[in-house]
Amino acid sequence: MILNVNGRQETVDVDPDTPLLYVLRGELGLNGAKYGCGLGQCGACTVLVENRAVFSCVTPVVALEGKRIVTLESLGSPENPGPLQHAFIEEQAAQCGYCTAGMIMRAEGLLRRNNQPSDAEIRAAMQPNLCRCGTQVRILRAVRRAAAVVRTQAEAHG
Amino acid sequence: MRYVVLAAAVLVFLGAGGLVWLGWYSAIAPIQPPARASFPPAAIAQGAELAALGTCMSCHTTPGGAPFAGGRAVQTPFGTIYTSNITPDPATGIGTWSEAAFRRAMRAGVGRSGRQLYPAFPYDHFTKISAADDADLYAYLMTRPPVRATAPPNDLSFPFDYRFLISAWKLLFLRTAPFHPEPAESMQWNRGAYLVQGLAHCGACHTPRNFLGAEESGDAFAGGDAEDWYAYALNKASPAPVAWTADGLYHYLRHGWQVQHGDALGPMREVTDDLAGAPDDDLHAIATYIAAGLGKHAPPGPQVATKAGPGEALYRGACAVCHGDSHGPPFAGIDLARSSALRAPTPTNLANIITDGIPATGETREPIMPGFGAVLTARQTRDLIAYLRTRFDAPHPRDGIEDAVKAARANTAQLEATR
Repeated sequence: MILNVNGRQETVDVDPDTPLLYVLRGELGLNGAKYGCGLGQCGACTVLVENRAVFSCVTPVVALEGKRIVTLESLGSPENPGPLQHAFIEEQAAQCGYCTAGMIMRAEGLLRRNNQPSDAEIRAAMQPNLCRCGTQVRILRAVRRAAAVVRTQAEAHG
Repeated sequence: MRYVVLAAAVLVFLGAGGLVWLGWYSAIAPIQPPARASFPPAAIAQGAELAALGTCMSCHTTPGGAPFAGGRAVQTPFGTIYTSNITPDPATGIGTWSEAAFRRAMRAGVGRSGRQLYPAFPYDHFTKISAADDADLYAYLMTRPPVRATAPPNDLSFPFDYRFLISAWKLLFLRTAPFHPEPAESMQWNRGAYLVQGLAHCGACHTPRNFLGAEESGDAFAGGDAEDWYAYALNKASPAPVAWTADGLYHYLRHGWQVQHGDALGPMREVTDDLAGAPDDDLHAIATYIAAGLGKHAPPGPQVATKAGPGEALYRGACAVCHGDSHGPPFAGIDLARSSALRAPTPTNLANIITDGIPATGETREPIMPGFGAVLTARQTRDLIAYLRTRFDAPHPRDGIEDAVKAARANTAQLEATR
């Protein structure tokens, strides 16, 4: 089966009921998305499908043919982090860091549809993702910071 | 469409007659909003419990809005009605309503000014509430913080925007007899009957409605519509694969879930949230009365071996990890062999749950199920529903799936815009 991941066509040979998370990590070597609960309850595995944040651990690949999948890896690199990644570093919005990739992808989904979210909108959008270390306040700050950067970039590109 | 025209014609014809018959209601003189000290504290406390049992809050509050300030949209086949502000604000709420005006609204569906009230306000049930309970409800509502808020104007199709037609509707459908206890039944059963038929107005959703929007009194609790959801039958036609017991129903009403039946969802979740403030004894009474009217069921049959369809891999990859777990609620999803949604005569709830999941909400501590509307196409959702119904031997016709999925996806898109 062919999956569109980060703009590339990837051919994978897996059972159709395999969760996307296993394919990303096990077949494609994309380890950004994390296995947390495996039940769609914590959000560590969050990626975008057609620009909407989804739990990749409960998303069977059979549902994904022809749909655009975006993972953390496409947002930037350690040398050149994207706006959200940069903002999470600036705000030091991690303790153990296990939830961070999912948090960033959840926020990416929000900023793609709304680059001037209110605090209430950020809180509502981030609600499905859990951080057990208690960095939520920093995460909210990071998302606000990234939103401002994304807005500035959008205005610069007119 | 045809039935709307027919409904309109019948109402116009009877409206003219109804006006003569019933006459205008006169206004009841406005009062100064009463001081808190004018109500006994016990009445206010009792009224709080009654308001919880009547789930006043869920209709008279917008999501995230001030309690009882109204403005919530109620969709009906005749258009949208916005609920009224029932805080004691004198300008926009019921601050100038005397207790007599309040009781007339509850009993007869007429506002303080004499204006006819639409039966989206379930006075066809509230008419059974005792005068003492109305007094306590009044004490409670009149001591809430006043909120200045005007609901948007109703958006009803012609001719339902003419309130005089309501008098004709009442002539046809409103029966104002007080509650009559059944001497042969227990005190608890009678308390439940009083609450269910009156204040708790369960039939407003769980009883089907006729083409004029009135409950089919001969078909009580046969299952009905609740906004975008299907309210299950609470009579012998109950689709629950495991028979409800009074204890099970009590647990469900008290906690919003029950191990054999799963979670209260959609509008019923709002009901169980409101019922948090209701006394245990009354929830036991409601459960006793409802359970007495439910049929006994055979236990669900074994899962049938099904041939692989396009929905099977979706089920295995998306659903089985939680719903195939042996723990069950509240730790995992319900075994779908016990799901009422699967066995309901319409796939409405199933489509809603698959598409929107059970979203995390701000203030409540509830189970969460991810929605799959973002990853599944409409066709995949239909395939999944068809597969589930076959796998779990849910004996219902396959039609209606397409419409249910389409409606669920439209509603979710609307919800997401506000989330």
